[in-house]
Amino acid sequence: MSHLSERPDKPAVGVSMPHESAVLHVTGAALYTDDLVHRTKDVLHAYPVQVMKAHGRITGLRTEPALAVPGVVRVLTGADVPGVNDAGMKHDEPLFPDEVMFHGHAVAWVLGETLEAARLGAAAVEVELDELPSVVTLREAIEAESFHGARPLMTTGDVDAGFADSAHVFTGEFQFSDQEHFYLETHAALALVDEAEQVFVQSSTQHPSETQEIVAHVLGLYSHEVTVQCLRMGGGFGGKEMQPHGFAAVAALGAKLTGRPVRVRLSRTQDLTMSGKRHGFHAAWKIGFDADGRIQALDATLTADGGWSLDLSEPVVARALCHIDNTYWIPNARVAGRIAKTNKVSNTAFRGFGGPQGMLVIEDILGRCAPLLGLDPAELRKRNFYRPGLGQTTPYGQTVAQAGRIAAVWQQVEDNGTIADRTRAIAAFNAAHPHTKRALAITGVKFGISFNLTAFNQAGALVLIYKDGSVLINHGGTEMGQGLHTKMLQVAATTLGIPLHKVRLAPTRTDKVPNTSATAASSGADLNGAAVKNACEQLRARLLQVAASRLGTNAADVRITEGVARALGSETELAWDDLVRTAYFQRVQLSASGFYRTEGLHWDAKTFRGSPFKYFAYGAAAAEVEVDGFTGAYRIRRVDIVHDVGDSLSPMIDIGQVEGGFVQGAGWLTLEDLRWDTGDGPRRGRLLTQAASTYKLPSFSEMPEEFNVTLMENATEEGAVYGSKAVGEPPLMLAFCVREALRQAAAAFGPGGASVELAAPATPEAVFWAVQAARRAGVPDKDAAGNDAAGNGHAVRGNARNGRVGADAEALSGA
Amino acid sequence: MPNRGLLVVAARITVNGKEAPIAPAAPHTTVLDYLRERGLTGTKEGCAEGECGACSVLVARPGVHKPTDWVAVNACLVPVAALDGQEIVTSEGLATAGRPGTPPLLHPVQEGMAVRGGSQCGYCTPGFVCSMAAEYYRPGRCARADASVGHTAEHGPNGFDLHALSGNLCRCTGYRPIRDAAFAVGMPVEDDPLARRREQAPPRPVATEYTQGGSTFVRKETLSETLELLRELPDAVLVAGSTDWGVEVNIRSRRADCVIALDRLAELRELRVESHCLEIGAALTLTEIERRLDGRVPLLAELFPQFASRLIRNSATLGGNLGTGSPIGDSPPVLLALEASVVLVDADGEREVPLADYFTGYRQSVRRPGELIRAVRIPLPLARVTAFHKIAKRRFDDISSVAVAFALDLEDGIVRKARIGLGGVAATPIRAFAAEAALEGRAWSAETVEAAARLLRAEGTPMSDHRASAGYRSAMLGQSLLKLYAQTTEAVSS
Repeated sequence: MSHLSERPDKPAVGVSMPHESAVLHVTGAALYTDDLVHRTKDVLHAYPVQVMKAHGRITGLRTEPALAVPGVVRVLTGADVPGVNDAGMKHDEPLFPDEVMFHGHAVAWVLGETLEAARLGAAAVEVELDELPSVVTLREAIEAESFHGARPLMTTGDVDAGFADSAHVFTGEFQFSDQEHFYLETHAALALVDEAEQVFVQSSTQHPSETQEIVAHVLGLYSHEVTVQCLRMGGGFGGKEMQPHGFAAVAALGAKLTGRPVRVRLSRTQDLTMSGKRHGFHAAWKIGFDADGRIQALDATLTADGGWSLDLSEPVVARALCHIDNTYWIPNARVAGRIAKTNKVSNTAFRGFGGPQGMLVIEDILGRCAPLLGLDPAELRKRNFYRPGLGQTTPYGQTVAQAGRIAAVWQQVEDNGTIADRTRAIAAFNAAHPHTKRALAITGVKFGISFNLTAFNQAGALVLIYKDGSVLINHGGTEMGQGLHTKMLQVAATTLGIPLHKVRLAPTRTDKVPNTSATAASSGADLNGAAVKNACEQLRARLLQVAASRLGTNAADVRITEGVARALGSETELAWDDLVRTAYFQRVQLSASGFYRTEGLHWDAKTFRGSPFKYFAYGAAAAEVEVDGFTGAYRIRRVDIVHDVGDSLSPMIDIGQVEGGFVQGAGWLTLEDLRWDTGDGPRRGRLLTQAASTYKLPSFSEMPEEFNVTLMENATEEGAVYGSKAVGEPPLMLAFCVREALRQAAAAFGPGGASVELAAPATPEAVFWAVQAARRAGVPDKDAAGNDAAGNGHAVRGNARNGRVGADAEALSGA
Repeated sequence: MPNRGLLVVAARITVNGKEAPIAPAAPHTTVLDYLRERGLTGTKEGCAEGECGACSVLVARPGVHKPTDWVAVNACLVPVAALDGQEIVTSEGLATAGRPGTPPLLHPVQEGMAVRGGSQCGYCTPGFVCSMAAEYYRPGRCARADASVGHTAEHGPNGFDLHALSGNLCRCTGYRPIRDAAFAVGMPVEDDPLARRREQAPPRPVATEYTQGGSTFVRKETLSETLELLRELPDAVLVAGSTDWGVEVNIRSRRADCVIALDRLAELRELRVESHCLEIGAALTLTEIERRLDGRVPLLAELFPQFASRLIRNSATLGGNLGTGSPIGDSPPVLLALEASVVLVDADGEREVPLADYFTGYRQSVRRPGELIRAVRIPLPLARVTAFHKIAKRRFDDISSVAVAFALDLEDGIVRKARIGLGGVAATPIRAFAAEAALEGRAWSAETVEAAARLLRAEGTPMSDHRASAGYRSAMLGQSLLKLYAQTTEAVSS
């Protein structure tokens, strides 16, 4: 067992405990960025001037009318920027643009004594625009060849030979939707300037170091003049990895120019219309199977809707490519990725970061092809699993370690969910119910852990022990509800050998730990946990020396457990508080900075090959659904999940991540439906679903009626802190089973054996059309196509129209 | 702070047991913004339109079974001036302060949420806690537990009705631990202060005239005073629960010179059952109607759980739903099928208008300036076969793509009478006259139903929008009738 993964006796890790802020949450005492406004004097409120056109060059910007509005203090424009007018890392994201790039783009910000004054001021700003043609949909972008950024190509084996060897070859297209993060707390920042002109920004950000960097470059300052703090976020999900920077910079610029605190807090509609989302994708594919249904070759092109600027689109597409294999061995593959440039918000990180999109493509392919191959979908999936001991590698060249876990978690789901019995019961139910059908589907997950970009896989921590024995830990990770801080407290208490109540955690600040990576890629606990552990180990080593001299033994023979130091084989005890006090008087340093870098990673973005991931997280899930054939409405009756989090650091937190990720994934795949005005009218490019009333999140009615989550047992991960694995993102993709179950339930209304296409998201309407198509299996489906054409924006996403699975000539001839 | 103008009348509100002036809030200021300005930042804004419930607070209202009920409402929609003289409790007020230096003593619902992992990011949590507390104190909660409802995915063994949380969204947990917490709460102990408060009379409505910056919020004591004022100010905005007006204020930044509150007028809050009709006061909340009728009108009982969320139903009224006149309101199709009429009143007197004649265009009606809706009348006896089919993306708290209400009299296998109300397929809610005619006098058979379903599909002029395509809307009209037929003729499990 590695040093990193080994657990001492009576560890605080592995114990189920509530979120460290749970009491503050339930009493309303927990503070979020905008709650600080009411504790700050003389705050100015910032309001954006949004231009409601999809694309155009600004020819005039008159701010005087705003200044005439009572209570308006200042209007911020590009002319006010002392540093670089850019809110991103790619220099393609002007904070105050000359060109409106999407419907709702903010071109100036008004500062007012009240939010009402700022709002009225923003409405008074006059903007003249030379309108330009716009690209709104992915299909328009593909046709116009409107792309930006890298065009990665992932190849392995010999694709042409693979197809030549295939008994069955199918082609298809699939377009699926974007997703709004809908963190309950919208983007917020509060900036202050101190007596030395230093800027302090409270920001709801997953990436304080980058927020700091961008605030500094916008203001023309060095990083040591800017401090960013994040108390906690009301949800992040990736939406606060890159997107908060510009809002923080606006607040900081306003504070710098007025000398007063400035607050930015977006309304829900502003947040929905101004901030990026999960990338919707288009996929065109060709797949070959041998006579037994084993994948021989895959040729695919994935196009992500990047929106107007690059943001994180390049790494998102890279991760999509790296996950198109999911749990399946694909010996020969050629997968291309590209980023559409469209006049929409700049799409960004979202839980899974392209991984879900890549995996959805292969799961959709298998769900559509199984009937054409005459195989049960579960059987088709199982036949293609990576197998242990064969040295199988991913299409980008990484060996799939622990491949046996793919089948192991699947088997455990089959056992826990009594799948065989229920499959029979479902068949009996369906035979007896002409208008209602049930189905059960299982899908698996293999998700690579580490940032694809190797440099990001580092972290720091600062641990302080005070004379009274109390411990304060600082680390670079941010808390957005995922329970990172809870785990860090458990790690510190475990490493130091003290009770949890002795450890407190300070808010995340850039002046405690520098150059941190985003709390993203599920890596928060892996990276920061190892850094916290490293700092605590340094302190423990020093304290063991002190204890050894007091206990009359060697440091190597002293153990600190539950706050008491003892020499091996001795009854003499030295309490933690006494030990710390002794160390202080002996002038032993009681603070330490910890550091961690993930070993053994390498990645060549040009050749698209390497071993970018420290390990893979595995899981499997089974969903049973019931579909009403009259309407397409459905319920999730039961879900069983077995997920691999290594040896859990904090089981209640991890189960919470699995459940929450699953429901969020199911929301993306079935319910959440972003619609844009794709017509040629004056509102072209407008987000139609720009409020909670039109963009529906899963509510209680979408949670599985029976929901069983089990963590894989004895699952120690040698390469990670205390044997644990990352958990933030992988469970989202367990939700594929819901979509596949809906597909199978729709098919059950038909004569059987038909390939059912299902739009994504699989709303009740989409399921209804799939049911209708299944009922008419084999007959051309005029109605559905006609309805898709009538649907607003639906023609593009409705794969029933443009994504037909076709058995090609090769396959028909049996070649 | 800038000068916000002069305070005319001293309006006051009791928050967590402490009374305070409402000034200097503007008349359009919501309870949410008022609380946050006062430093009670536990109440959060997540959507500002009554969809997410992060702002939920408890309000003391006249009770259905006890003198006072604690009801949860969306603080983002209610103007704080509407709560002049009223009492509210926030998440901060549910816990009891412990000794200095010790953590607060949590309320049982807070305890359950905290220890079971019911909070992750915590932002929605105070709102969940308030909605959960309202259900915790609901009278008759346990009576339901072992009765017919039983323990299902939506009804806990402790009588907890999960629909109490239908207006609260959580983006982190996936809801399972919240459901577990809800289904595990016990009953209030005897000296529970909020339970004891229920035994006392509720705060009385207070006549209010709250003016700031040239804009006024008015609550009169009687209907006749209100009608006199309305004669002077026919353009004043009328509100009951503010569930629609609050959205206009927050999302579309509408401001009004004068807002007149109707929700506490005794004349609009009666529910009378007479031999030939049932009269429901226009300002009773949907929750009050639901609990007072207690299933007496099955079609309404079917409607209520599908009408928005519990948080909205605790404020929203039938008068508001009909006054707004939206073609996608959920009550009109049901009331059309029930052949309801609307009692309109102005300073000169009353008139009764059949609902089928009430709507004249998109959000237009025969209601004249100076008139308001006093009550809704439903003729008795009721049709024996009724059903409400709401087609939406989400089962809890969504806006209908299409809504279809059926009220049929079947006798010896013949359809004696058919009334069908439709929402979401035209500029107004409509009756499906052609389909009704195709059913009446014919056998309740597959053949009749299929013919009528074809006509039903052609009713209205459905549009394609972000909720549904026109084709789906049309299809659903016909499908609802086919489904009703299947439900009446087969043992369908779902």
